[in-house]
Amino acid sequence: MHIDTRERNYIAISVLLMLIFATALMVSAFAYGIQVPVPYERVDPNTVATPGVSPWGDPVEERVRELAPNKYEAYILAQAWVFLPNVVTIPKGASLTLYVTSKDVQHGFNIQGTNINMMVLPGQVSTLTATFDEPGTYNIVCNEYCGVGHQTMYATIVVEP
Amino acid sequence: MYKTSDKLTAWFIGIGMATLFVGGSLGPIQKLEHVGINLYTALNSIGLASYYQGLTIHAVLNALVWTTFFIVGFFTFIIPRSLEKPLTMPKLNVLSLIIMVIGLVMAAIPILLNLATVLFTFYPPLQANPFFYIGLVLVVVGSWVAGYGFYATYLSWRKEHKGEQTPLIALGSIITMVMWQIATIGVAVELLVFVIPWSFGLVAGVDPQLARTFFWFTGHPLVYFWLLPAYISWYCMMPKQAGGKLFSEPLARLVFWLFLALSVPVGLHHQFVDPGVPQGWKIVHFVLTFSLFVPSMITAFTVIASLEIGGRARGGTGLLNWVRHLPWGNPSFAAQNLAMILFAFGGISGLTNSSYNLNLAIHNTMWVPGHFHLTVGSAVTLTFIGIAYWLVPMLSNKPLWSAKMGVWQAWTWFVGMLLMSNALHIIGLNLSVPRRTMLGAAPYAATDWQPMLIEAAIGGTILGISGLLFYINMVGTVLQKKRLETPIEMPVAEVYHAEEPVPNWLDAWRPWIVVTVLLIVVAYGPVLVNLISNMQLTSPGFKLW
Repeated sequence: MHIDTRERNYIAISVLLMLIFATALMVSAFAYGIQVPVPYERVDPNTVATPGVSPWGDPVEERVRELAPNKYEAYILAQAWVFLPNVVTIPKGASLTLYVTSKDVQHGFNIQGTNINMMVLPGQVSTLTATFDEPGTYNIVCNEYCGVGHQTMYATIVVEP
Repeated sequence: MYKTSDKLTAWFIGIGMATLFVGGSLGPIQKLEHVGINLYTALNSIGLASYYQGLTIHAVLNALVWTTFFIVGFFTFIIPRSLEKPLTMPKLNVLSLIIMVIGLVMAAIPILLNLATVLFTFYPPLQANPFFYIGLVLVVVGSWVAGYGFYATYLSWRKEHKGEQTPLIALGSIITMVMWQIATIGVAVELLVFVIPWSFGLVAGVDPQLARTFFWFTGHPLVYFWLLPAYISWYCMMPKQAGGKLFSEPLARLVFWLFLALSVPVGLHHQFVDPGVPQGWKIVHFVLTFSLFVPSMITAFTVIASLEIGGRARGGTGLLNWVRHLPWGNPSFAAQNLAMILFAFGGISGLTNSSYNLNLAIHNTMWVPGHFHLTVGSAVTLTFIGIAYWLVPMLSNKPLWSAKMGVWQAWTWFVGMLLMSNALHIIGLNLSVPRRTMLGAAPYAATDWQPMLIEAAIGGTILGISGLLFYINMVGTVLQKKRLETPIEMPVAEVYHAEEPVPNWLDAWRPWIVVTVLLIVVAYGPVLVNLISNMQLTSPGFKLW
């Protein structure tokens, strides 16, 4: 099969470019730990909010927990059209592990200006960990359509100085 | 000889254009809402219940209906001409039109009655009226039946032309239909096995993660179902319109085969941030998606080289001067060439989307509609508009009403789309502004979003004007009394190195089908087995609109 030399070189460079990009991404994922959500556990969306059944059934004010100094976890329940708890307060420099699930439809969970961006599905638990070094208020915005009130669905993370 | 197929084509693209008119009209209204100009209160009086009902109409009509109807119509036109024989079983193709129209009507009624405000992805457990899903299934089944009509014609051609290479236009079209047939198995399983019985109340629940996975099995190859007909025009027709020749025909064939093999096993790159999909399979699909960029890169080289031959034949010299000598005054050429330029930007942002963890920065932000308005909204739609500038005159036997207006239409689309997509990419990446959201009513909307939202609204408005120019031109063409003085012929580019034989493996179906099926089994088999064996049909339906 005849291929023009210039085109052949161009194809080789294209393939090389893809390999370089892919390698860079894998390095960022595994050497620097910038990761996507991975399967954690299954829950029943019909009972997940029932007290005593799961951490998302606990009182809202008890769903943000300090596990160790500067190490927090939060169990957030997404539902049309709120996140509960809708304010999470942590100190500057703390690491926060989020466990998010939905008791109704699909939602999105994006902490604006960060790499925390997850789909929230009924029946699944989405989890990622973030560290907040800058004090301030961060919006958590639902970025998946979930009905006519979708645009009102948000919460905040307050990072205290 | 082509009377039946031409008539069918006219119906298909006519219906497609009508739906694009309705769906497209809602686009600028969405962008204006984001800057505080809310026209939905006025639209309430004609029965539009919400921003999201409008968004559902916009997406379903533009992305699913307009594209599918135009593509099937275009293939009904070009396959018989490329093979130089009429449709072998024209009744199949007539049947396909009937099924697709029934499906369209059946899906449109619940959408218009606000019973299916679930957007075009209809992610369960949002639950639409069952007839919405059945209508969509019928549109897809209709397109399958059209495919059977094409296969019958192609098989009879092969019997009559033993040992001959399939003409490239026909080969690319048939490959596209075969790929579509394989790809739509995913959404067929999602709807027929899970969603439709659930929407009728026959089963109590769905598994949203499993449903999403079946959806994206179809959802990404859907992109190539839109794009490959545009590629056929870029490879096989545009060089002719530019006075050039197809630079490397064997590579063009290879590109279509690669799209057959690689279009399907990449769908998980839409699910990088899904909680229930194992990490390893996300990486496999990420690598396969990257390999899918290679045929598009080849296309860029071959098509530009083919146009350069034309530009030089028309008197162009130097490194870039030939570009100015291309037939920019021909609206069909101008529209498609500008569509290709926009596609270059769309391809780059698409690479970002499929970049595994980089996707975290832009998933479900405005970046994504910024991306796909450059691809399906420009590379595909503006190319189809460019095709219409020769196809509609040819079908109606009437000259294009105004070539000048056509050129203006192409450039306004280009400028409007540059403004809008630039703004959407920036606010998505830098400010994490969510997509699919009635931003004008969002309590968290920030003032620093405004400049870019205004740019997007200006772009959207220019696009609306561009769309109007197109429809005025089409209506003017069809309604005028003037007839064509010299008949138009379908542009078919000659091959540059015609003396070089095309190897047989580029005209052989069996090895490519085997590779395709193997890749799908390897890339999707384990992940689907995993999801199905852990399936929990626990989610009841919700109607939250």
